[in-house]
Amino acid sequence: MRHISVEPPPFFHRGPSPLARLAFFSLLSLALLFADTRYRYLENIRQAVVTALYPLQRVLQLPGEGLAYVATYFSSQRALAVDNTELKGRLLADAPSLQGYRSLEQENARLRALLSVEARFRGAATAAEVLYSGRDPFTQKLFIDKGESAGVQPGQAVIDETGVVGQVTRAFPYMAEVTLVTDKDHAVPVKVERSGVRSVMYGAGSGRLPELRFLSPNAEIQPGDRLVTSGIDGTYPAGLAVAQVVSVERETGQMFARVTCRPLAGVEKSPHVLVLGQAAAARPRPEEPAESDAPRKGRGKRRG
Amino acid sequence: MAQLSTFAASRPEEILLPARPWFVLMTLFLGLLGNLPPVSGVVLALKPDFLALALLYWCIREPRLIGVGFAWCLGLLMDVADATVFGQHALAYAVLAYAAEYFRRRVLRFPLWQQAVQVAVLLLFCAGLVLLVRVVGGAPLPRWTYAVGPLVGAFLWPVVTVLLQWPQRPRRSQREH
Repeated sequence: MRHISVEPPPFFHRGPSPLARLAFFSLLSLALLFADTRYRYLENIRQAVVTALYPLQRVLQLPGEGLAYVATYFSSQRALAVDNTELKGRLLADAPSLQGYRSLEQENARLRALLSVEARFRGAATAAEVLYSGRDPFTQKLFIDKGESAGVQPGQAVIDETGVVGQVTRAFPYMAEVTLVTDKDHAVPVKVERSGVRSVMYGAGSGRLPELRFLSPNAEIQPGDRLVTSGIDGTYPAGLAVAQVVSVERETGQMFARVTCRPLAGVEKSPHVLVLGQAAAARPRPEEPAESDAPRKGRGKRRG
Repeated sequence: MAQLSTFAASRPEEILLPARPWFVLMTLFLGLLGNLPPVSGVVLALKPDFLALALLYWCIREPRLIGVGFAWCLGLLMDVADATVFGQHALAYAVLAYAAEYFRRRVLRFPLWQQAVQVAVLLLFCAGLVLLVRVVGGAPLPRWTYAVGPLVGAFLWPVVTVLLQWPQRPRRSQREH
């Protein structure tokens, strides 16, 4: 029986020294880190554990949700009435363009048929509520309350009422992880709505604005331009609003223009999002020349 | 002497009862739970790593119960719960446990608030290790608020010490013998 924590004399056996243990476990961690970032074969374990932890996380969330529920319950009649009037007004304001949209769509379909271009994809969408944003300070992710059970699949685009929020990167049974367009590892193929210049928007991480890379200095782009998805990646349907150009720096001597843009969607704020149906299956990638040693593609997150 | 305020750390002449393993495990589990609630915004920036704090306490106080290996396992649990990169917390906690074992005699010589300063250094080091692993892995640098959590953790150190020590303090009846 041990009563006082004293160090035992060195001749008692205490296993390997702390330093040896530290070295062993550090090497083990490094091996795990390498295996996970390089091969991603721990994904199944993660899936199982996240599912197992799900009830616990929901229980921990209950107090906050309860408070929010009580707050909603006591929201005044007046506020609701004001909201209602405003929404009706917005519906009415949108009516002309919505009605026009119907005929435009038919016209577009006919034109596409004439040109024998593949029809645009129109799929069902799932509304979802944002559960919480990711805890990891190095990535921009959020979790939504619809998962595999609701048909959510990795690769689906996620939007809110003003623009693209991101893309589903992992689907768990009852929730899904959405990587935001501001995440550093995330890229959206876009085109400038005004001029049709195509580019790719890269996220830059927390607190920094996404940017367009590899645009030549004389590209037809200016601050205030709206960027919409170009749809050439097979992930994002074409024509969704993504961002607005904030600044364009063209320096002589630089190979490319520096273009930063601000996402239009309330990327880190919107409480409700829409998960768009799976885009049409992308065509298989053309065979790469056997002897090419092109750099490996990122993490398989970007498609197309 | 009997009027000693109960909310204070043990005095040097007080002999603490042995720590019960189930209590140690329970506090570590509570630390893990404390890390789980999904928070965002200011709360996220202020939230210390409760598990690292509890782990540091037990590594300093009971190095024979909780050591590097145990810390590594807890780090792995934390990685899994975070659903980020496997091994980052495991590595950080293992190094934290080792540093705690290395510095424990020095840390324990000081009064609580001076201990907190040393704990701040250890917690910042632990957070810095996670930062290093992620940045080497290609992540962008986080904002400066990344360092706030460990500092808040160090501020909580005296509270944690008093709370976790409380079951080990000798009972009043025993003290008056």
